Amino acid sequence: MANEMGQGNDQRTGEPPAFRRSKAWRHLRRNRGAMAGVVLLGLMAAAALVGPFLWPFDYAGGNLAQQFLAPGRVHWLGTDEFGRDQLARVLYGLRVSLIVGLVAAAINVAIGSLYGGVAGYVGGKTDDVMMRLVEVFYGIPLLLFVMLLMTVLGRGLLNVFVAIGLVYWLGMARIVRGQVLTLKERDYVEAARTLGASPARIILRHVLPNTLGVVIVAGTLRIPEAIFIEAFLSFVGLGIAEPRASLGSLVAGSLGNLEAQPWLLLGPSLAISLLMLAFNFVGDGLRDAFDPQMRA
Amino acid sequence: MLRYLLSRVLQCLVTLWVIATAVFFLAKLIPGGPYDPDKLPPKEIREKIDAYYHLNRPVAAQYLYCMGRLARLDLGPSYRYLDQPVQRLIARHFPPSAVLGLLALTIALALGVPLGVYAALRQNRLGDWGTLALAIVGVSVPNFVLGTVLLYVFVYRLGWADIGIVEGPRLPDLVLPALTLGGFSLAFVTRMTRASMIEVLRQDYVRTARAKGLPQARVVWLHSFRNAMLPVLTYLGPLAAALLTGSFVVEHIFHIPGLGEFFVQSIEDDPPAILGVALFYSTLLIVFNLAVDLLYGFADPRISIGAQERK
Repeated sequence: MANEMGQGNDQRTGEPPAFRRSKAWRHLRRNRGAMAGVVLLGLMAAAALVGPFLWPFDYAGGNLAQQFLAPGRVHWLGTDEFGRDQLARVLYGLRVSLIVGLVAAAINVAIGSLYGGVAGYVGGKTDDVMMRLVEVFYGIPLLLFVMLLMTVLGRGLLNVFVAIGLVYWLGMARIVRGQVLTLKERDYVEAARTLGASPARIILRHVLPNTLGVVIVAGTLRIPEAIFIEAFLSFVGLGIAEPRASLGSLVAGSLGNLEAQPWLLLGPSLAISLLMLAFNFVGDGLRDAFDPQMRA
Repeated sequence: MLRYLLSRVLQCLVTLWVIATAVFFLAKLIPGGPYDPDKLPPKEIREKIDAYYHLNRPVAAQYLYCMGRLARLDLGPSYRYLDQPVQRLIARHFPPSAVLGLLALTIALALGVPLGVYAALRQNRLGDWGTLALAIVGVSVPNFVLGTVLLYVFVYRLGWADIGIVEGPRLPDLVLPALTLGGFSLAFVTRMTRASMIEVLRQDYVRTARAKGLPQARVVWLHSFRNAMLPVLTYLGPLAAALLTGSFVVEHIFHIPGLGEFFVQSIEDDPPAILGVALFYSTLLIVFNLAVDLLYGFADPRISIGAQERK
């Protein structure tokens, strides 16, 4: 089984890739910042998953008689203008953030891998045209397009997936194409071709599995960016629609009552900042571990 | 060199055309027209308005007309402000954004680069750890959180600054928005400068310079700094993009009547304004990126412009 992972030796180091990968993992596990990030992420994911079941208040149902309560023993983070418990809303927003991060990043990875894989494998004129197109869109403010897509599609969780997923795959396509370009020259691909394997089989069976490490790292780095974009969209009023909560819309909501009810700002801003911090630690660790050039 | 420049400019024009086409058709999908859906004007007036905006013609004809007008650098009349061409609206809303963006750029570079060099020179000591901790917090806190917190602390609690810049921006009131806008980039530039500086300081030619007994300042600024700046230079393009898109948030929080806020307000019901602002932003970024590429060629003699065209 181990042999299947390590088909072909790495031309630079002469080591089988599987070995290199395990070294990267060991490097990652020794990185204290990255591990702290993983723990923090785990805690926040657990809170987002289990929290809403344990916490007695609902994110959507409020009691107008209890609007704008300051944080206390019952409502730890206070209540908002509709008397909704702020902690319940923050937990819900955290959940939205994590789901958006995972799903949107997965769509980015899927589209980017497919696009980059085809461009890199087919090569020639097709590659030229496809990559020119990527270049065209690379230099422009992509956020503008996401905002426009959200306006056209309307607000909502599903549309956030679509808008972010459809726009932010360009970097992924570039990375996968580069990988495929080097991989397709390898001997074992040549061998498969000689044996009469179809291009689809070569791509799916021999080329894509070997790009996996790079794709996982790049895909992980996409998650926090997707989370940030969702929060941004909800902040400017284009993302998640009421009564659902997003960390972005919660910060925006606190903005209107900042002078009298500043505590509403505390929960959502702390949650999104810690989330980004955790992802940054993990991301830095991944980059360190998988990019041998950066390794000291 | 000239040929390279020409081909790049041509490429930019193609890019702009693709963007214009994409935005034109996307904006066509936005429901509603140039009148208030709650109080529709009488039919004859609606027909007049439609004719004014060429909406009574097929979409293909509208597209061709629009592209022709764009070629003449005319962005057409806005839906919301009937008699105002979009270019005039952009001209009115851009100055506050430009001042803010330049200030943020200055903060990011003028503070970030020295901080990064400082941290690199004190690698793994207290000053380095402190700077790094600040930088990682800086890249983690989203701009809309940073802005709202700054607003609360310095405007509402301490009363050191004001918001609502209506009659021309005053410098003290611009510090908070600029810090919000440039905060992420400041942290990013700091980290990048530090990493790149550490890398360069390890090089053989730096060790040689040290071995020759050159003074520290000479080694740092003459032998290392210039090379360490090259990666930072490549970040200028994304930095400009971050400042442009950050303005959507910052101008909203601090009530600055700039182009970012104008775009957010136009996005639901003013397709000509959307197209205009999208093209304006894209042009700005493209020109900026081109300038950075050219600058890169001058800064690093190992790269010859023109040869790098096909990367």
